[in-house]
Amino acid sequence: MAISIQTPLTREKVKTLKAGDSCLISGVIYTARDAAHKRLCELLAQGKELPIDIKDSTIYFVGPTPAKPGQAIGSAGPTTSYRMDAYSPDLIAIGQTGMIGKGKRGPEVIEAMKKYGAVYFGAIGGCGALLSKCIKKAEVVAYDDLGAEAIRRLEVEDFPVVVIIDSEGNNLYETGRANYLAQKKRMSNF
Amino acid sequence: MREISAAKITETVKNLCIEANCHLTDDIKNRIKDFHEDENWGQAKEILERIIENYEISDEKNQPVCQDTGVACVFLKIGQDVHVNGDITEAVNEGVRQGYDEGYLRKSVVRDPLDRVNTGDNTPAMLYFEIVPGDKIEVTVAPKGFGSENMSKIAMLRPSDGLQGVKDFVVKTVEEAGPNPCPPVVVGVGIGGTFDKAAYLAKKALLRPVDIPNNEEFYANLEKELLDEINNLGIGPQGFGGKTTALAVNIEKFPTHIAGLPVAVNINCHVTRHRTEVI
Repeated sequence: MAISIQTPLTREKVKTLKAGDSCLISGVIYTARDAAHKRLCELLAQGKELPIDIKDSTIYFVGPTPAKPGQAIGSAGPTTSYRMDAYSPDLIAIGQTGMIGKGKRGPEVIEAMKKYGAVYFGAIGGCGALLSKCIKKAEVVAYDDLGAEAIRRLEVEDFPVVVIIDSEGNNLYETGRANYLAQKKRMSNF
Repeated sequence: MREISAAKITETVKNLCIEANCHLTDDIKNRIKDFHEDENWGQAKEILERIIENYEISDEKNQPVCQDTGVACVFLKIGQDVHVNGDITEAVNEGVRQGYDEGYLRKSVVRDPLDRVNTGDNTPAMLYFEIVPGDKIEVTVAPKGFGSENMSKIAMLRPSDGLQGVKDFVVKTVEEAGPNPCPPVVVGVGIGGTFDKAAYLAKKALLRPVDIPNNEEFYANLEKELLDEINNLGIGPQGFGGKTTALAVNIEKFPTHIAGLPVAVNINCHVTRHRTEVI
């Protein structure tokens, strides 16, 4: 049974989520990928105000295709997250609690997640058409010049994700594979 | 000498960009369905179901299968008895420009790898020319996403590393990539040639339909063996565990130097896209 999550995502709520949990996210999330993360962290380093409220926010690593007439957004699946590893710890330190992407994360991100309380969700990579159906509204709120890489404010409904890394550092990429291989070994012993 | 207009090339490239990005070919779809049938790990089966649902939505709505509509890799096999009226490279780039605009595809190319300003129209294309006998032009557009491209690798092995060295390198590359390239993946392998030729062969291998094995029995068997080995890794769809880590391994090879054994692995995701038209 999938867990329904309403954003903003508080640190208390983050602590209840465990690696492997299927979740459906509803509410406001923000998009940002490489170029936007770089700008956010540069502002942060200069002590300037950020264009979005980071506290309890969830950032979706995505650069969507352009919306066709009548669509809220084009195809919008996750991009590979490790490219944001250089930036995520700084944003987690000032209150970001959720990340949605796909692929591995570095130890510096996982340490920050444990220290401050944040969760890393995975959405299915390569399913941009399917996932776009859960995005009801999209609006550019910063860095319009970046095109697909601009920061967008999304309103999502029952957006399907799986907890890959939880706030204790448990990692579905490790446990999922190990569980499958253990089961396979058991089956071959019969 | 047959005359082909640059405008015809532009139109063909435009249409292929849209078609390739919104509609997967049957060989990939059938392979995904076969693996879905075979997969007995619950979460893995469920993800493959979503992947099928996704390409069905794309077919129905003419919508990109993946938001990373890639850099446009365009392969031209030009018959030596053809004369093109106009600039071929510009004709291809104009086709990409029009296709990515009219097809609502994402523009993902930056003009300089270090200053990283988006060109805004997904040009330039990555162009590969081949001169062949005849009076036709075969145009293939293969949009390539970078989640999987970034996980690709090349090794200059020693001849003494031999077949085992090649196998180990291919499997290790897929294992290290893990969940990053959106498994299930398609693995393109180039063996032989030079440093750059091996990489080109690996990319070219991804153009071959996944249901057509290498035409040499030895390499066809090697493709099968590597696929089995990769699917014993347990990485599974999206890396959450399961059998289906790769849908296919395609190998292309070429003669090489007495001192060398280059091997390149070009990884593609389950959204392996290519469309061809002959003018």
